[in-house]
Amino acid sequence: MPVEHNEVRSVAPRRASDPGTAIAILSGRPLLPNTGIPLNLDWVREVRVNTSAVERRAQSQVARRTVKKDWQAAWLLRAITCMDLTTLSGDDTEERVRRLCAKGRHPIQQEIEKKLGIEDLQICVAAICVYHTFVETALRALEGSGVHVAAVSTGFPAGLSPLAERVNEIRRSVEAGAHEIDVVITRAHVFGGRWQALYDEVAAFKQACGSRHMKVILGTGDLLTLRNVGRASVVAMMAGADFIKTSTGKEPTNATLPVGLVMTRAIREYAQQTGMAVGFKPAGGIRTAKQSMDWLAMIKEELGPSWLRAEMFRFGASGLLGDIERQLEHQATGRYSAEYRHPMA
Amino acid sequence: MSIAEKFVSMEYGPAPEDSKEATTWLEHHGYRFQHFIGGGWQAPAAGEYFDTVDPSNGEKLASVAQGSAADVDAAVKAARAASSGWQALSPHARARYLYAIARLVQKQSRLLAVLETMDNGKPIRESRDIDIPLVARHFYHHAGWAQLLEHEFHEYVPCGVVGQIIPWNFPLLMLAWKIAPALATGNTVVLKPAEFTPLSALAFAEICQEANLPAGVVNIVTGDGATGEALVKHPNVDKIAFTGSTEVGRAIRAATATSHKRLSLELGGKSPFIVFEDADLDSTVEGLVDGIFFNQGQVCCAGSRLLMQESIAEALIAKIQDRMSTLRIGAPLDKAIDIGAIIAKVQLDRICKLVEQGVADGATCWQPQVTLPSRGFYYPPTLLSNVHPTSTVAQQEIFGPVLAAMTFRTPAEAVELANNTVYGLAACVWSESINVALHVAAQLKAGVVWVNCTNLFDASCGFGGYRESGYGREGGREGLLEYLEPAWFKNAPLLATEKTPAKNTPAPPGAESKAVSSTSASPPDTDAPAIDRTVKLYIGGKQARPDSGYSMEVRSADGRLLGEAPLGNRKDIRNAVEAARKAAAWAKTTAHNRAQVLYYCAENLSQRRDEIAHRLAAVVGEKQAIAEVDLSVQRIFSYAAWADKFDGAVHNPPFRNVAIAMNEAIGTIGVICPREAPLLGFLSLVMPALAVGNTVIAVSSETYPLITGDLYQLFDTSDLPGGALNVVTGYASQLLKPLAEHDDVDAIWCFGDEPSAAAAKAMSVGNLKQVWTNEGRAIDWFNPKLAEGRWFLEHATQLKNIWVPYGE
Repeated sequence: MPVEHNEVRSVAPRRASDPGTAIAILSGRPLLPNTGIPLNLDWVREVRVNTSAVERRAQSQVARRTVKKDWQAAWLLRAITCMDLTTLSGDDTEERVRRLCAKGRHPIQQEIEKKLGIEDLQICVAAICVYHTFVETALRALEGSGVHVAAVSTGFPAGLSPLAERVNEIRRSVEAGAHEIDVVITRAHVFGGRWQALYDEVAAFKQACGSRHMKVILGTGDLLTLRNVGRASVVAMMAGADFIKTSTGKEPTNATLPVGLVMTRAIREYAQQTGMAVGFKPAGGIRTAKQSMDWLAMIKEELGPSWLRAEMFRFGASGLLGDIERQLEHQATGRYSAEYRHPMA
Repeated sequence: MSIAEKFVSMEYGPAPEDSKEATTWLEHHGYRFQHFIGGGWQAPAAGEYFDTVDPSNGEKLASVAQGSAADVDAAVKAARAASSGWQALSPHARARYLYAIARLVQKQSRLLAVLETMDNGKPIRESRDIDIPLVARHFYHHAGWAQLLEHEFHEYVPCGVVGQIIPWNFPLLMLAWKIAPALATGNTVVLKPAEFTPLSALAFAEICQEANLPAGVVNIVTGDGATGEALVKHPNVDKIAFTGSTEVGRAIRAATATSHKRLSLELGGKSPFIVFEDADLDSTVEGLVDGIFFNQGQVCCAGSRLLMQESIAEALIAKIQDRMSTLRIGAPLDKAIDIGAIIAKVQLDRICKLVEQGVADGATCWQPQVTLPSRGFYYPPTLLSNVHPTSTVAQQEIFGPVLAAMTFRTPAEAVELANNTVYGLAACVWSESINVALHVAAQLKAGVVWVNCTNLFDASCGFGGYRESGYGREGGREGLLEYLEPAWFKNAPLLATEKTPAKNTPAPPGAESKAVSSTSASPPDTDAPAIDRTVKLYIGGKQARPDSGYSMEVRSADGRLLGEAPLGNRKDIRNAVEAARKAAAWAKTTAHNRAQVLYYCAENLSQRRDEIAHRLAAVVGEKQAIAEVDLSVQRIFSYAAWADKFDGAVHNPPFRNVAIAMNEAIGTIGVICPREAPLLGFLSLVMPALAVGNTVIAVSSETYPLITGDLYQLFDTSDLPGGALNVVTGYASQLLKPLAEHDDVDAIWCFGDEPSAAAAKAMSVGNLKQVWTNEGRAIDWFNPKLAEGRWFLEHATQLKNIWVPYGE
């Protein structure tokens, strides 16, 4: 009986892609970095999201996948390497940022690393995420570590200052040496269906970012409906986002799995249509090791293993690391751990 | 592999559920189980046992008693002995027992889940997160019904002893669906679990013991098809509830025809999964995963026929293939497995054979590259595209993880394709437009329609099929009715057996001239004879001569010849059914309009009260004739009143959604009218059927078929659309057969003597049409409390549950 397999089935039209510069792979297809495409309003309007079906999938996804024992330890380590360790508070000081950077360089105690046999992996977080004011402090503190510095920008978190100022803010952070810029969109453009305005705004941000990685924060807790999230995701990608990111962490609800599902599906669709890969960053509200595993499993299921890397996926989190450390110590010793046993940030 | 290597590979790794407790439980029972009868374990009379096997590795789990007729008899005796005591308990006491069972199911949920997975091969995620929680929910919900029984089902009584036969695909859940409503309504039970999966039912027996359920209320006899057959045929069983294949359902219908056993059947399906171009396609794909890959596709309501709007077909197929590639297939006890083992070798062979047949029929077979475990029975998720309605795989239930994909152009064509099946269990509609979704849902011939969701179940919502997917509902208020009967009906006396008509032959020539004048217009004071009044058949809104060209004699109570009625035959029945089908618009007209037509009938009948009564009096006497006409006016009024009031319900399952239970007309109903009360009996059956939108082929009373002439004048003058009601006269014994056997008739109602009821049931098996009879019992048509109302309307409708989740 003839049975077809993966290789024979037709896929969406693809752009010529050079595996040499590919940054991710989707269903065997190499993908290029996102350079954006012209705004395609038909596509934006065709975005369909059935909220209750998405919620059901998010719910069952969590129950369908679980990772245990050594595999769990490996996944948690992976979560650390995909972490944007974040401090975005009004009471931030240089010293506080330095402390955070120190933690980002050495997120796990050596003794635990030794017990888990992972010293060679040299686990550190992906980036330290701060306000522009602290970019230079962070850069100095992280020198030589490979840990990036990400600056939130464009009038974070509301994003309502004049466009020119927001663009200048990006430029200042780029000049200061930030590797990554997390920008926020004008949510009003989404509510008003002003997709061209949204596209132009993000494209302007992208231009200001230059070669720096741009993560576009959609403010999903403000956008509220999943349909809005889906459409804003598509427009942000068309305008050249390197990453799309859920929330500022300052909205009433933060990153939820249903929102994540809509955004990852949008990324998949974009990759299939354009041959370009966009990263994903859920931020806010992810506090437990278990949650981080659920997110990783969702990414693996929806986008595949090539998204499970810091280049393509980030957690925006401040409290998550502590819980992961406790779980890792439990893995190493067999005893449940306590928070105070791990050096604070 | 080191953690560092795992850090690189990012594989899931194994996540096995511990089977130790379940193994200990089996060991505790010495890997050998007897029947559970009369509250205790009882060795099989014949001493025979069979093995139950873990399909994930082919290894034997335990020996289980093979039930013989003697074992079944012992169980039925135990159930009968327990029956009066169980019925005598207060509803509240029964509620407590059911509540205790629900609690115990929860307390032992993990053991039950693991046992279920070991015996059945389904992923532990499903048994843990779906099957067992639904079992507990079913008992909780029905504990509630037990509590409310007297208030909500006043003057209803339980059937008595119920025989229940359940399938292997959801062993404990199907047990719950059967036992919970039966017990809540005061029945006692003999349940036969499927041969492949007896273990969770035996664990449930222990739960009954632990709940101190009175001995004999629940009996469990294990065994194969022969055991089931013994239960079906046992003379002391009052009702059979069966879930399984349509083939066996048909055999059960035939086997129970000559008994008074109530019957509910939940059978196979080939459920359509309809995707419109405006659907959320990514979510649709997940719906399909829940629809066809759930439980390895071994689901009677699996969305196995994918109907895609042409414009999105290619994109959807690509998405489905991508998703199929991420399904994990393997050891069912692994917590991160999506597809477990097929129940048995024989089922695996059947799937393979059908897929090969599909490919031979021209389908393209696509499977993801997966490695199947080397032991046990596994089948990869499979997509058959380029399937056409003529393909075997588009028609036959495969009962495996195999999706057959087809396309459609318009919503109308989607409905047509969806309904192009002998089954009618479930359907899915995916569209972001509520107009499209509900419009299509309303037209689908299926007992359950899921809009933008799949395979959602709840104790509060009836589940069951149209057409050859069976009859009766399980769950909700509608499900309870399957286990209850009106008290008066159960105690009604049997009618005398009808004599075969003196002449099965036409009236002799010249008979007409001897007819007395009761069918003729009263002669004025002249010497001229009365003008002959010729009664004809009434088909498609027109008076029609019988195909046979013969007539039958109609005589008065004292034997005088009253006239001739046309002698209808099978061709007249055929014509009547065709006319009824063509009049399907009657169902679509508004209930208000149907009510108006019926009121008009009543108005016209009341105007002709005296003349109709006068003619009828020759057969039934003057007193009854007057009563019949007067009560008929009232009865028509009642159903005109009911027409726009027999409302459905909105159920309350624990999801954010509206679950609409809609009463829908069954379709075309054949009615064999009672001999007694020629006018009132006719209208008592025909009117409820018409009121809710059925079209009807009625065989009027054999005692006085001439009433037909009065009736069609009535309907003709009352704006009843042609074909909505068709009346054929003749000998019921001859007309029953073509009507009951007709595959385009959806229900047969037969109100005659006991042998007619049995014949109607036996003849219905062809398309498994719904059968409603008086069981040969006398019905007091003159008592409106008994002879009209909900009981009749419930039989004239079938419930469709439409699930509409919402949220933006």
